Amino acid sequence: MTHMHSAIYEIRFHGRGGQGVVSAAAVLALAVFENGYETQAFPKFGSERRGAPVEAYVRIAQRPIRTHTQIYTPDVVIIQDATLMHCASVFDGLKPGGNIILNSAGTIKTQLLNHEAYQCLTIAANDIAQKHLSRPLPNMVLLGAFAAISDYASINTLKTAIAGHLQSKGKKIVQSNVDAMMEGYETAINGIGT
Amino acid sequence: MRKLLEGSRAVAEAVRLCEPQVIAAYPITPQTHIIEHLAQFVADAELHAEFINAESEFGAISIVQGAVAAGSRAFTASASQGLLLMTEVLFNIAGMRLPVVMVCANRAVSAPINIFCDHQDSMSVRDAGWIQLYVETNQEAMDSIVQAYYIAEHCELPVMLCMDGFLLTHTFEPVELLDQDTVKSYLPTFTFNRMLSPDQPHTLGAGSEPENYLEYRYAQHQAMDKSATIVTAAGDKFAAAFGRSYGLLDCYFSQDVETVFVTLGSAMGVVRDVVDTLRAQGESVGAVRLRCFRPFPAEALLAKLEKSCRVIVLEKAFSCGASGIVATELRAALQLAGVSLLVHGYICGLGGRDLTCKVVENIYQQSLAGPIAQRHGFAGINVTSSEGGG
Repeated sequence: MTHMHSAIYEIRFHGRGGQGVVSAAAVLALAVFENGYETQAFPKFGSERRGAPVEAYVRIAQRPIRTHTQIYTPDVVIIQDATLMHCASVFDGLKPGGNIILNSAGTIKTQLLNHEAYQCLTIAANDIAQKHLSRPLPNMVLLGAFAAISDYASINTLKTAIAGHLQSKGKKIVQSNVDAMMEGYETAINGIGT
Repeated sequence: MRKLLEGSRAVAEAVRLCEPQVIAAYPITPQTHIIEHLAQFVADAELHAEFINAESEFGAISIVQGAVAAGSRAFTASASQGLLLMTEVLFNIAGMRLPVVMVCANRAVSAPINIFCDHQDSMSVRDAGWIQLYVETNQEAMDSIVQAYYIAEHCELPVMLCMDGFLLTHTFEPVELLDQDTVKSYLPTFTFNRMLSPDQPHTLGAGSEPENYLEYRYAQHQAMDKSATIVTAAGDKFAAAFGRSYGLLDCYFSQDVETVFVTLGSAMGVVRDVVDTLRAQGESVGAVRLRCFRPFPAEALLAKLEKSCRVIVLEKAFSCGASGIVATELRAALQLAGVSLLVHGYICGLGGRDLTCKVVENIYQQSLAGPIAQRHGFAGINVTSSEGGG
């Protein structure tokens, strides 16, 4: 059965509790909304504890989004923790031609990543985050990388979104997160160029 | 101004604009963010209310009961077993005709323990005498808070605003913000004529005898029946003030169609998508969302359904050992009105089970094939036998 609402662009985040997966989805949605799109962001909670696999979702569309279902056929998967790739489910339903943004310092060799149907961008987000935030919190770096491959969010709208979402944490935290996002963006742009 | 807000934040913003004087709560997932936002508003002096972190849900609802009895506007929220721990006081509040407003962040009930959305919690207290509204979106949740105070204070009946846990409470969606001045003119200052006061000593909730308990209950039932007009009026007045209209029902292509889906809460979103898909294929199908479940809007619902050939009820709760609750009440209403209409009852989305387009489309195809063998089907159930039917 064909669906009329397939014009919705869908992003699925995979990470572990404590990695800011839910915040990443919220900040991305705020940026996309700032860019004039209709959007929706929501987490899939398991038991809320550090280290447990967590998913979060963002939908983007030109018209109001009515569905509140989970995302099964994403256009993009953003993997915040490479150890999750041992669970093949992180790629489940990824559309042909879909994007993978992977947080990894090494060269990951899996059949899936070499799959010609997907476009994979690997970025050492933990190292970049460590530099700016003094802890390996990869979420904002990966959002910067997303802005490098997509027009839905720009670095400017991401900056506004980070400032809004982290406002209560103070200017210093906002700035370090913006810096992490910016380096993620630049690293990704350079990576794509080579 | 349109802003991207988490559902819990949207609700907290609306509560802030209604200026309750007392907020009492005990945290439980997925209600927690609502209370956290309100606590922050109070701490930041953006809301001048007494915030009481109660020792239990029983304490929280009792504090709110006392506060409203003393003439204050008040607020609380809970979910799941938290709501069930409030049960005794919920009946008490309704019997005393106190205009309390609370949010139920709908969540499954233990055991087995499950933090995700369904409607078994609020449906379990459907007989307590509270008006129950079920919302579809964060916008509606926000708007309905303001209407809930209007309805409660005009009927002197408590209102429970039911919003899907996680599916709404934890989801960021665009929301048109409410303007403080417009809220103020929509919602007059709360004055409670029966308020407890040392200046005018009297009793609320006094004892009754077999000679008059029935009459008290009957009066309460009549007030509930009449409150339907206030729910409608509150929605109309809200439309005039804010430009978004609400009523007892929310209809989507439901006029003169063969098949009508009936559902509650955020599930309506996916039902709208399925209705669009099916209509594009030439199917005669529409949907009605039961926004107001108590009082049960039988008359309004029948008026929408009587010309159809079949009704498919999708509900996230059931009476264990009996049947789906909405389907049962709808069948009773149809029978009383002498309308012969096939009601396909489906229990779905329990404990956060995702209600997808595919599940809803399968149910539609099944309904065309004929009535299910049982009184109800369990949509998408994973059992080895074919007992589930869904």
